[in-house]
Amino acid sequence: MSFGGTLSILRSDSYAELSQYRDQHFRGTRYDQERLLRKSCTLYVGNLSFYTTEEQIHELFGKSGDIKKVIMGLDKVKKTACGFCFVEYYARGDAENAMRYINGTRLDDRIIRTDWDAGFKEGRQYGRGRSGGQVRDEYRQDYDAGRGGYGKTVQCQ
Amino acid sequence: MIRQLKECLKVNMYNEAVHLVRFLSDLVNCHVIAAPSMVAMFENFVSVTQEEDVPQVRCDWYMFAFLSSLPWVGKELYEKKDAEMDRLLSQAESYLKRRQKIHVPMLQVWTADKPHPQEEYLDCLWSQIQKLKKDRWQERHILRPYLAFDSVLCEALQHNLPPFTPPPHTEDSVYPMPRVIFRMFDYTDDPEGPVMPGSHSVERFVIEENLHCIIKSHWKERKTCAAQLLSYPGNNKIPLNYHIVEVIFAELFQLPSPPHIEVMYTTLLIELCKLQPGSLPQVLAQATEMLYMRLDTMNTTCVDRFINWFSHHLSNFQFRWSWEDWSDCLTQDLEKPKPKFVREVLEKCMRLSYHQRIIDIVPASFSVLSPANPVCIYKYGDESNRSLPGYTVALCLTIAIKNKASNDEIFSILKDVPNPNQDDDDGEGFTFNPLKIEVFVQTLLHLAAKSFSHSFSALAKFHEVFKTLAESDEGKLHVLRVVYEVWKNHPQMIAVLVDKMIRTQIVDCAAVANWIFSSELAHDFTRFYIWEILHSTIRKMNKHVLKIHKELEETKARLARQHKRRDSDDDDDDDDRSTDREDGPLEEQIERLQEKVESAQSEQKNLFLVIFQRFIMLLTEHLVRCETGGIDVFTPWYKSCIERLQQIFLQHHQIIQQYMVTLENLLFTAELDHHILAVFQQFCALQA
Repeated sequence: MSFGGTLSILRSDSYAELSQYRDQHFRGTRYDQERLLRKSCTLYVGNLSFYTTEEQIHELFGKSGDIKKVIMGLDKVKKTACGFCFVEYYARGDAENAMRYINGTRLDDRIIRTDWDAGFKEGRQYGRGRSGGQVRDEYRQDYDAGRGGYGKTVQCQ
Repeated sequence: MIRQLKECLKVNMYNEAVHLVRFLSDLVNCHVIAAPSMVAMFENFVSVTQEEDVPQVRCDWYMFAFLSSLPWVGKELYEKKDAEMDRLLSQAESYLKRRQKIHVPMLQVWTADKPHPQEEYLDCLWSQIQKLKKDRWQERHILRPYLAFDSVLCEALQHNLPPFTPPPHTEDSVYPMPRVIFRMFDYTDDPEGPVMPGSHSVERFVIEENLHCIIKSHWKERKTCAAQLLSYPGNNKIPLNYHIVEVIFAELFQLPSPPHIEVMYTTLLIELCKLQPGSLPQVLAQATEMLYMRLDTMNTTCVDRFINWFSHHLSNFQFRWSWEDWSDCLTQDLEKPKPKFVREVLEKCMRLSYHQRIIDIVPASFSVLSPANPVCIYKYGDESNRSLPGYTVALCLTIAIKNKASNDEIFSILKDVPNPNQDDDDGEGFTFNPLKIEVFVQTLLHLAAKSFSHSFSALAKFHEVFKTLAESDEGKLHVLRVVYEVWKNHPQMIAVLVDKMIRTQIVDCAAVANWIFSSELAHDFTRFYIWEILHSTIRKMNKHVLKIHKELEETKARLARQHKRRDSDDDDDDDDRSTDREDGPLEEQIERLQEKVESAQSEQKNLFLVIFQRFIMLLTEHLVRCETGGIDVFTPWYKSCIERLQQIFLQHHQIIQQYMVTLENLLFTAELDHHILAVFQQFCALQA
């Protein structure tokens, strides 16, 4: 039955679609990666404050469904939180709802961003910036109190 | 289209069916369909109310489909066939008068009729249609583009609808749940702006239907949804922001469940605030204030949703709120709805931030309502506790665990713990020993207190110990008790630990249910987190049954495909023995899964029976005590408890429908106090 089927606007689900980002460290083909992204139950969550806790993440992301696991992103050197995490749900539908309703809202007073992740693998919990944190914190010019102040490059000046 | 309508009804797609009927109605307005044939279809709809031995909800839908189309096409039909329409309307009236409304109290958001009565949806619609008729079917709100082309359209060839026989009622037919119309605003709430149409005006009906329809169309796209809502036509003639807020809260508070996931409404309201920063936040604040003022009579389930919405909303706006406006709640008993609401909101706000933040955002006078600092309570922590039994073992255990001891080493340390319950042990020391459980669980949880992940790792690492200690039902119950003792300041931690323990089968769902109703938890019985845990437990049970069922169906399908493949290979030698061998493993699997399904379903049924039984015991105790003591039954505790019982029925109604006979014969019998029996009767009336 095709009620409103001709109007693609009614079918639109843009918040739950894949973004342009593809993990450059992914082991496998682009095709493999996209296949995994399309059936993934895991979300990457970015722009967290370094002080945001697993408990806060669990409370917020629990609003779209039962969480299987939260993995905090860590500075590779210091092994402290560096502002991102992975949230894995039991059901993809719950992850989709998080993309629709939690992405772009605030946690710990910061607008957070979620994106599909192909699945956690050991080692992916570490920042990939040269100083140990995330790449974005290497080069940014602004002062962000929740993310260690100035970017690393700026700090070394 | 008639065929599509029939197909919709056969597969229980009632929303789509209503839209089809309305579309057909508008086609009458365009002179595409001849009015008399539409009247004939409506005559068939209304005649469903004459059917015998059918659920009332079936007749309700056909009545709704008829009445709700009249704002669109009533005028046209009345002009062409007034006698027939009058007859239909009088049949409608007599049906509406004789239908039973036992279910209504269960679906009402507030138990009070002031300031706005919570009307049953068909009653409200009937009042609106009657008023419309009195106004001679003048309806000015619906967009009628065909009016501009009337001179051309009335020349067109009209078609007759083929006769429509409503598909008969079957075992599989599931009709829409009855509803109660949610109203929180009237024209007095926005004295400066355009007048809000009255509650029995057809404009109110049309606006609400259209706004609900927008949400239904765009719920996945919050920006689009917000934009579409705000650009609703005629938004300078009606107080649109008020309508939007009312419609959104109507959905959020709908019983049994909101049409969409709760978090959608929070985010939608935030988008609306972004698009109308000068006006919508004020309406929302006004609405919040009104909802707060009426907490005393609000259904507990709806209060839960209000708590979740408000705390999440505040977390997006730096928790800014005029708390002093609510200081009236500080002088009330803490169990009363208003202070209780504020406490629960602050606790939820804390979960989204941290303890000190909450202390900082409320006035000092609100400290009595502030949440506890979520720290762990370790009974063997202090030197002063060294006289406690098990203290030395706890110390020993702590050192061992820090030194990465194995499960076996833990077992041998625990062997030294005496059993306060019995003099003789069975040698292995694995009978129910509450002290062993206490020492182990306290110590482990204390060591793992740093974060959820630490605690989950601890549960995983020492899973074997947990399973052994909690083997018996008493063991499971005691583990839960100790978890509570350690983490009673941190309800969120209790919830995630209970969840993990169910999923790793350290405790089972029935143990959690019994624990919730135990006397140790009586103090926290009315707290929100307890019911979150119970409903989460029931949901896990339900999902588990569905999962195994699905596995069984999939395996059966595999076997069927295998048979089909074999049947089509009729060139091959038909060796009976080899085909049996092929089928063997799959058939075995099916048999095993069948047993698993039966056992899971039995566990599920048992869970509900336990819960209902405990509710009945608890409520009966209270009722008897009040009767003999001559005190009023309706304490805040009682209201909360009876509504929690209602909530079990409403949130899991599909599963519970399966157990109706058992419930009626075993638990909800005629001897039961009428207060409790009424809840069961209201539930039965929902799909009757």
